[in-house]
Amino acid sequence: MKIRTLTLTAAVLMAGTAHAVEFNQVDAAKSSLAFSSKQMGVPVPGSFKRFTSHIAFDPAKPTAASTTLEIDLASIDAGSKDANDEVVGKQWFNVKAFPTAKFVSTGVKALGGNRYEALGKMTIKGQTRDVVAPFTFKQEGASGVFDGAFVLKRMDYNIGEGPWADVSAVANEIEIKFHVVANAATKK
Amino acid sequence: MNFPTPRYTGPAIAAHWVIAALILVAFPLGVYMHDLPLSPTKLKLYSYHKWIGITVLLLFVPRILWRITHRPPAPLPMPAWQHRIAEGTHHLLYLLMFLVPLSGWLMSSAKGFQVVYFGVLPLPDLVGKSEELGDLLKEVHEALNFGLLTLVGLHVAGALKHVIIDKDGTLRRMLPFAK
Ligand code: HEM
Repeated sequence: MKIRTLTLTAAVLMAGTAHAVEFNQVDAAKSSLAFSSKQMGVPVPGSFKRFTSHIAFDPAKPTAASTTLEIDLASIDAGSKDANDEVVGKQWFNVKAFPTAKFVSTGVKALGGNRYEALGKMTIKGQTRDVVAPFTFKQEGASGVFDGAFVLKRMDYNIGEGPWADVSAVANEIEIKFHVVANAATKK
Repeated sequence: MNFPTPRYTGPAIAAHWVIAALILVAFPLGVYMHDLPLSPTKLKLYSYHKWIGITVLLLFVPRILWRITHRPPAPLPMPAWQHRIAEGTHHLLYLLMFLVPLSGWLMSSAKGFQVVYFGVLPLPDLVGKSEELGDLLKEVHEALNFGLLTLVGLHVAGALKHVIIDKDGTLRRMLPFAK
């Protein structure tokens, strides 16, 4: 126990200087994945309760970072019970056939300061599209906090087919917001 | 009877009929929409219903101010009890004209759906999101609407009685363009 605490403390101390720290232990309980859709001009907040994500981020070498995110689509909260029942259905996510959505990074760009950009492929409902997700990184004690947001066009993934393809009722643009807390571990 | 019947003022007549028309659209729309399965049409109808209702609420403000500062014309001859019922109905109608849309707005806030007037002007949420409160306010909105329906029925029946049975000028006092 003592030794672990020591290593961790050392790791944190070295973070600023020796570049030996990588944030890669995602703390699921402290992380969240939210979104906001617009229905008839009304912003309707929602979230996914269950998702797993892997992150490997060394602030000294951000371009070497990588991340994957897998979302359990059935865990959606779309703002009301009616909406929750609807969006798991065939015309929306069709979770029976496509239970998860997946994001796999292909690269990370440093934008200066604490701002970065994750590039990657998002797969939802069998459709894969390139995604660019700007985010910020902040170190809080032994934890790294990643906050980002990007806009996804639901029609790119056929989310909302048939009558729901009417983007004047539910807008095409869905804002996704992620907040990921990952703890540091020393590199092997 | 050669002298003209005293009439309501122009703004009072305009507010009366515009608000009546809006309520006559909002009411059946509310009844129709709430049983629909979730669809883009339902989302649209809900929004139209809310926008019409908020318009009633907005128009209510100048209407009630005008009413307070301008006395309605003195009643035509009728038994005192009839006059009391008519006046009581009018006062309750004013109350519900305000409470019905207000309860709708409160319900919408409690259900977690902000009201965005005409899809462009976001109105503040009056209460925080709460399922129980949302369900309760839905009952309140329904009950108040039932009251509104009853009062409008009484109000219209009274107006028709003056036309058909009394054959007096009561309705004409509120008709636009009438003499
Ligand atoms: C003149 C104003 C209004 C009238 C006459 C009116 C009338 C009605 C009626 C008759 C219903 C159906 C009740 C039932 O049978 O269940 C209804 C439902 C509803 N109203 Fe209104 N309303 C008005 C204003 C508003 C406003 C301003 C809002 C929100 C901003 C609103 C939101 C709703 C909603 C959300 C429902 C559906 C409740 C549900 O079943 O989920 N209403 N309204």
